[in-house]
Amino acid sequence: MTAAMETLIQSLVNGVLTGSLYAMIGVGLTVIFGVMRIINLAHGEMVMLGMFSAYWSYTLWKIDSFLSAIVWVPLFFLAGMLAYRYLVRAIMPGGELNTLLYTAGMSLLIANVALFAWTGDYRTLNLPYAVEPLHPFGIAVPVPLAIAFGLAALITAALYVFLARTDTGRAVRATSQNPEAAALMGINVERIAMITFGLGTALAAAAGVLLVPSLYLYPTVGEILVVKCFVIVVLGGLGSIPGAIAGGILLGVIESFGAVYVSVAYKDTIGFIMFLLVLLFRPQGLFGAARS
Amino acid sequence: MLRVDNIEVAYGKIQALWGVSFEVRDGEIVALVGANGAGKTTTLKTVSALLRPSAGAILLDEQRLDCCTPVKVVEFGVIQVPEGRKLFPHMTLRENLLLGGYTRAARAERSKRLEHVFEIFPALRERQGQIAGTLSGGEQQMAAIGRGLMAGPRILMLDEPSLGLAPIMVEEMFRVVREINQRGVTILLVEQNTENALELAHRGYVLESGRVVLEGTGKELLANEKVREAYLGL
Ligand SMILES: Nc1ncnc2c1ncn2[C@@H]1O[C@H](COP(=O)(O)OP(=O)(O)OP(=O)(O)O)[C@@H](O)[C@H]1O
Ligand SMILES: [Mg+2]
Repeated sequence: MTAAMETLIQSLVNGVLTGSLYAMIGVGLTVIFGVMRIINLAHGEMVMLGMFSAYWSYTLWKIDSFLSAIVWVPLFFLAGMLAYRYLVRAIMPGGELNTLLYTAGMSLLIANVALFAWTGDYRTLNLPYAVEPLHPFGIAVPVPLAIAFGLAALITAALYVFLARTDTGRAVRATSQNPEAAALMGINVERIAMITFGLGTALAAAAGVLLVPSLYLYPTVGEILVVKCFVIVVLGGLGSIPGAIAGGILLGVIESFGAVYVSVAYKDTIGFIMFLLVLLFRPQGLFGAARS
Repeated sequence: MLRVDNIEVAYGKIQALWGVSFEVRDGEIVALVGANGAGKTTTLKTVSALLRPSAGAILLDEQRLDCCTPVKVVEFGVIQVPEGRKLFPHMTLRENLLLGGYTRAARAERSKRLEHVFEIFPALRERQGQIAGTLSGGEQQMAAIGRGLMAGPRILMLDEPSLGLAPIMVEEMFRVVREINQRGVTILLVEQNTENALELAHRGYVLESGRVVLEGTGKELLANEKVREAYLGL
């Protein structure tokens, strides 16, 4: 293999691995939007809280950060349902602009409380088994990112099975396609909205838990993540789950190529340039207007 | 028996129904006819508890429906097939039918009722895997009615099932409505196709600007001067 070829494959692999986690965050945002027509600007903070949860589990209680997902994901699911019931539901009739401003306010509040509680320090979490990267086929694969990718794929597949095969999953899709018709089927649309908000929150937090050994951790990390979310859902078409998965992986790859072939400093900028180009030329997303 | 008693319904400040009353007895086909904007859809939505009346009552036997949730109304067996089909367009026909039997009680009966639906609509059987949004208009209407039947309705409310269908399909649709009724389902049929609806129905009501202006048996209404002039163009 030539050196150029190796660099290409290496950055492609890095991009897909990181992209799988972006995809998970984007899917969370998109399922919530599909059912509730809320663009949750506090979604990035859910990722941040997931990261801190796993971080403290490791530093305070010596629980492996990946293992801690078993506890945190269900807890965030519950927290998301409660947040919907007591914080979000009341403002839903106010319309889309109101909910947008409201979730922006929540985002600021959560980030600032976190800043107050944990200071603005940058933290890293180093897992003992993650120092040496794996070298399959001469490509360096960071261990934490490989584990995160595997778990993200597993969680996304589980979500897919839930949505495709279970009655409640079908009800979630029905509600996002036509809430009034869903109500006529005897679907409790309120309950479905609550479950969906819980799911979206759990996905964001799970991504945070999986990302923490691979990213710097600080209370305002959610800001950049929520912007990435926008890029993802615009790439994939807002409301489409396959679109969000494809958009997430695509963004990961674009950033990774950008970092290698342009400059690390412009990694994020390149993603946003893509975002603007897509908005200008294909506002329905790269993969058509399909919603599912 | 379903009894709608003097209901008043408004969208914000605009009142759409003014003291509407009618009843649907067990085993009947009752037609609710009227021009565009008369309030037919509003009436069905109110029975389904998607809208709340500001006055009046809706009763299923002794049970009040007007203070229930839409879910409860479905659980009582009062099922609506909405205007314009309202299938879940990105799901398969089969998934749409399964969603029709979503309630806990209906789930146990699903495979039996699927068979029943395919007996009534044989054309749907081979199309189970097709995405609902790609079905033809006629197939979509059959699918929508089939989805309603999956709930095991006591009373099936159909909102303009013949809308947008070719004449031959319209006839087929009315034939199917009769067949469903003969299998023991009470029917409340909303139609603009006044002639066909009144010919089929045991009794009918004429709705005009949110008020019931005429009622009688199907035959009586068909013979009525005013109906002939205003709705049949005779
Ligand atoms: N969502 C709404 N907001 C405000 N007004 C409405 C709404 N839906 C219906 N209306 C009004 O209520 C009245 C009755 O409408 P409705 O849809 O019940 O009529 P319809 O008899 O079903 O007519 P069509 O045969 O055209 O379906 C109309 O004047 C309509 O403009
Ligand atoms: Mg109507």
